[in-house]
Amino acid sequence: MKIGVCAKVTPDTGAQIKVVGNGIDTAGIKWVVNPYDAYAIEEAVKTVENHGGSVHLFTVGDDSVVAPLRAGGLAVGGEDLTQISDAALNDADSLGVAKALAASLKAAGVEAVFAGKESVDGVSSQVPAMVAELLGWPLVSIVTGFETDGSTFKATREIGGGVVEVVSGSLPAVFTCDKGLNTPRYAKLPQIMKAKRKKVIKQDLAAIGLSAADVAPKATESNFSEPAARPAGRMLSGSVQEQAKELVHLLRNEAKVL
Amino acid sequence: MFEPNEMQRDLIDAVSVFVKDLIGPTAEHDDAEERFRKEYIHQMGEQGLCGIATPEEYGGLGLGYLDYAMVLEEIAKVSASYAVSVAVTGLPQVILNQWGNEDQKQQWLPALAAGEHLGAFCLSEAGSGSDAASLKATAVREGDEYVLNGSKYWVTHGGYADVYMIMARTGGPGPRGISCFLVPGDAEGLSTGRKEQKMGMRASPTTEIVLDNVRIPAANLVGNEGDGFKVAMTALDSGRITIASIAVGTAQAALDVSGGYACERKQFGKPIIDFQGVGFMLADMATAIETSRMLVHKAAWLKDNGRDFSGTAAMAKVVATDAAMKVTTDAVQVMGGYGYCKDHPVERFMRDAKIMQIFEGTNQVQRIVISRHLKKAYTAPQG
Repeated sequence: MKIGVCAKVTPDTGAQIKVVGNGIDTAGIKWVVNPYDAYAIEEAVKTVENHGGSVHLFTVGDDSVVAPLRAGGLAVGGEDLTQISDAALNDADSLGVAKALAASLKAAGVEAVFAGKESVDGVSSQVPAMVAELLGWPLVSIVTGFETDGSTFKATREIGGGVVEVVSGSLPAVFTCDKGLNTPRYAKLPQIMKAKRKKVIKQDLAAIGLSAADVAPKATESNFSEPAARPAGRMLSGSVQEQAKELVHLLRNEAKVL
Repeated sequence: MFEPNEMQRDLIDAVSVFVKDLIGPTAEHDDAEERFRKEYIHQMGEQGLCGIATPEEYGGLGLGYLDYAMVLEEIAKVSASYAVSVAVTGLPQVILNQWGNEDQKQQWLPALAAGEHLGAFCLSEAGSGSDAASLKATAVREGDEYVLNGSKYWVTHGGYADVYMIMARTGGPGPRGISCFLVPGDAEGLSTGRKEQKMGMRASPTTEIVLDNVRIPAANLVGNEGDGFKVAMTALDSGRITIASIAVGTAQAALDVSGGYACERKQFGKPIIDFQGVGFMLADMATAIETSRMLVHKAAWLKDNGRDFSGTAAMAKVVATDAAMKVTTDAVQVMGGYGYCKDHPVERFMRDAKIMQIFEGTNQVQRIVISRHLKKAYTAPQG
C-alpha cells in the first residue's frame, strides 16, 4: 500500500513563543515535525510494516523544513519527501495548502493519507479535512486506533463523554491522528545517516497543475496577541477560618472552578 | 568543526531524546542503589550507539571520533555511568579494528557494535596502575591454547561483560612481555571478585576479575605475542578522547542545572546570577566547558584525519576532566544547600567527575605523555 503522510514542521513545544508584528519571533526556535504528524508517520510506517508498501511524506514549505523532516520522518521509515515550494504559497491559507497537497498526493497515486489531527502552531485542524474533500475521499478525524486489511479499515475515535466510536469503511481515505494512537519510534542512528541520502522531490505549483490564482488566500490572519500576563498572586489574611471561607468564595465566584 | 554539521546535529538530537527517556527516569535511583542495567546497553545498541566508530562492514556506523565525542557528550549529560559503558564497550572494538585479524573482527565485532554483547578492558592490577607495564597476570601457551592466571582490578562491567580484553604477561618483565587476549565472559575459571563501593559512577559496575587457569584458544591472541602493551596504549590514546567527551557532557549538565537555578533563585530581591560573585563563577564554568570541548574536538579531528593525536588527546583529557571537577564543584556551590542534596543532580555530577581525573590514565600520567611529546618535538633534528 502506498501511503501519503501530510507533515508540517512546527516550533518545538518547549520553545518560548514571542509575538512580533503579525507573526512570531523565530530566533532561537528549534523546529521539529509537528508532534501529531509524528503519530501519523508512525501509524503509516506500522501499516506498511504489516501489509507491505511504502510511506511518502508531503509538506508545503521552503528549504528550512527539509532537515527536520529528514530527522523526524525519513529517519523513522519514510521513503521520500515531496516538498511543495512556491512563492505563491508563502501567504496561502488552509485551502491553498490543502489544494497543493491534494494535487501532489493525487499525482503520486497514494491509497491512503495520514495526518496529524492539528498542528501545534496554527491549530486550525482544517487542512486534512480539505484534502479529503478535494480528493473526494472520506475523512476519519481524531483517530486513536487503526486497523486495516489493505483494502478496508476500522478506525477508533474517542468522542464526547469518553464514548468510543468505531468507524469502518473502504480505502482510500484520509485519517487524522491523535495522541494515544501509537508511540512514535526513536530514530536510530544508522537510519538518520541513511535519511541523508533519501530523495526529496521538490515541486512548484506548475509541477502539480496549479497556478498562483488557485492558491490565493481567501482568508488572512490579521493579528496575533500574546496571552495577558499572569496577575500577581493574592495573599489572604485573617484567621484560618476566614482565609478558608474567602478562598472558597474566590474559587467559586472569581476563578469559577468550583 | 566549530559547530555540528547537519548530520551531527540530528545524531545529537536523537541521542539526547532517546537517552533522556531511557536512562533519565532511573539515573538517580540507580546511583543510590549502585544498580547497572545491562538491558540499557542492548537498547542503546539497537539505536546504533554502541558501535559508532566501528566500520559498517562489522555492524558499526563507520563514523569518526568527532561524531563519537558528540554522542558521548549527550549520553553523559544524562548519565556519566552509561556514557562510560558505551566508551568501555567501544574499547575492545577499537583494539580489534586496529589490531585484530579478519576472523577476530568477524567473530567479535558485530555483537559488540550492536550492543548484544558487552565488552570490558582489563589492564590494571592491584599492584600495577599507572605503572601498567609491571602487570603480573600470566598467559602460558599450551598447544593450541593459552592458560591465563592472575587478577585484574578496576574492571568496568566486571561480572556483566560478554567479552573481556585482557592484558597478560607471555614473556619477560616490562612492556614487551605483555600480550592481549580475548576472553569470553563465560570462560571456565574466570570469576568476579570484589565489587567496588564507589564515590561516583555508581550505576557502572567495577569489580576485580579473577583468572584461575582460564583456557582460551590460541586464536584469541590479539596481535602478536609482546604487542599487548602497545595495543593497550593505542586503545587508551583513543579512550582519552572518549573520557574527555564524557567530562564535557557532565560539566555541561552541571552548568545547565546550576545556571538555570541561578536565574530563578532570588536573594536580596534579585536573581543570584546578577550578583557578580555568582555570575562570574558561572562565566568561568561556561568558559572552561567551551575550552574543553574545543580541545576534545581537535583531538578527535586529528585522529579522524590520520594525524598524530596522542599528545592532544592527553591534553584534552587533562583539561576536560579537571574542568569537569571544578565546574561540578562550583555548580554545587552556586546552588548552595540545594546543590548539596540529592533532590538535584549536581552532587551526583560532582561525585561522578572525580574518577575522570583518575581513570584512563591519571591526569599526572597525561602530563607525562604530554611532556614526552614535547621532549620528542624539541630534541628532533631541526631544519
